[in-house]
Amino acid sequence: MQAAIILFPGSNREQDVHDALERVTGKAPLKVWHRDSTLPKADLIVVPGGFSYGDYLRCGAMAAHSPIMREVKARANTGTPVLGICNGFQIITEAGLLPGVLLTNRTLRFHCKDVHLRVETSQSIYTRRYNAGQVIRVPVAHHDGNYFADKDTLDRLEGEGRVAFRYCSEAGETVDEANDNGSARAIAGILNEKRNVLGLMPHPENATDPLLGSTGGQGFFASLAEALA
Amino acid sequence: MIKARVQIMPKTGVLDPQGKAISHALASLGFSGVGEVRQGKVIDLELSESDPAKAKRTVEAMCEKLLANTLIESYRVEIQN
Repeated sequence: MQAAIILFPGSNREQDVHDALERVTGKAPLKVWHRDSTLPKADLIVVPGGFSYGDYLRCGAMAAHSPIMREVKARANTGTPVLGICNGFQIITEAGLLPGVLLTNRTLRFHCKDVHLRVETSQSIYTRRYNAGQVIRVPVAHHDGNYFADKDTLDRLEGEGRVAFRYCSEAGETVDEANDNGSARAIAGILNEKRNVLGLMPHPENATDPLLGSTGGQGFFASLAEALA
Repeated sequence: MIKARVQIMPKTGVLDPQGKAISHALASLGFSGVGEVRQGKVIDLELSESDPAKAKRTVEAMCEKLLANTLIESYRVEIQN
């Protein structure tokens, strides 16, 4: 599987996702600078975390309108898997690849810690190696992770099984304390209609090596490696 | 040359944690009786355009495309002569 990672000024988690992918696929992902208007052929496109364009205007807004994103959108529309992590999630929602928007955390604080997530569906190339209902532990690092969408959109996401991850307690319950950024219906990650685009705020790439304290994200990359082999 | 001012505000019903924090800070400074506080932003633009109506339409298109996220924000365009 050949992955391509898009780099913007201010991206900072590209190496983490690069290493996580290389570890499971044995193949180093390509890095593509945002000014490039052509994308190499890729089986997976990753928009990594960071602070693209210094979070100017709104998180992800500037990056969403950069030239490379036109190509990313075109590929997503023809079925290429596109993964947006953290700032990447903000970018792909601003670009219209996923519904909704990420607002400022309700605490007004930057959250940097491990959280528990409940895998809501195993019906995706990103989650097929997990069981629905499984609880994993992965880190978050964001100031604007408060997922917001109108009621109809939320109902539709739930009805179509497009909520991929929810914040939960260690026991897997969606209690308010576990959702401290304030996300609507405790949503941490969602899929698009075709299920080839996934955005999530937490960082599975930072939970793929025992040295990093948690291996909860291994299943995520194992799923991709298996699905896109 | 036409100058335009865009005011962007969080829509009613959308959580505005910054506005809330300002409201709490004002209360702790002794300003009593402050109700809801909402925080938005102002963007000033200069346009090489002479027709105010056309300038307004252009800036509105900018708002729809980039300046505001209309899911959560409303905007108002003011043309200053």
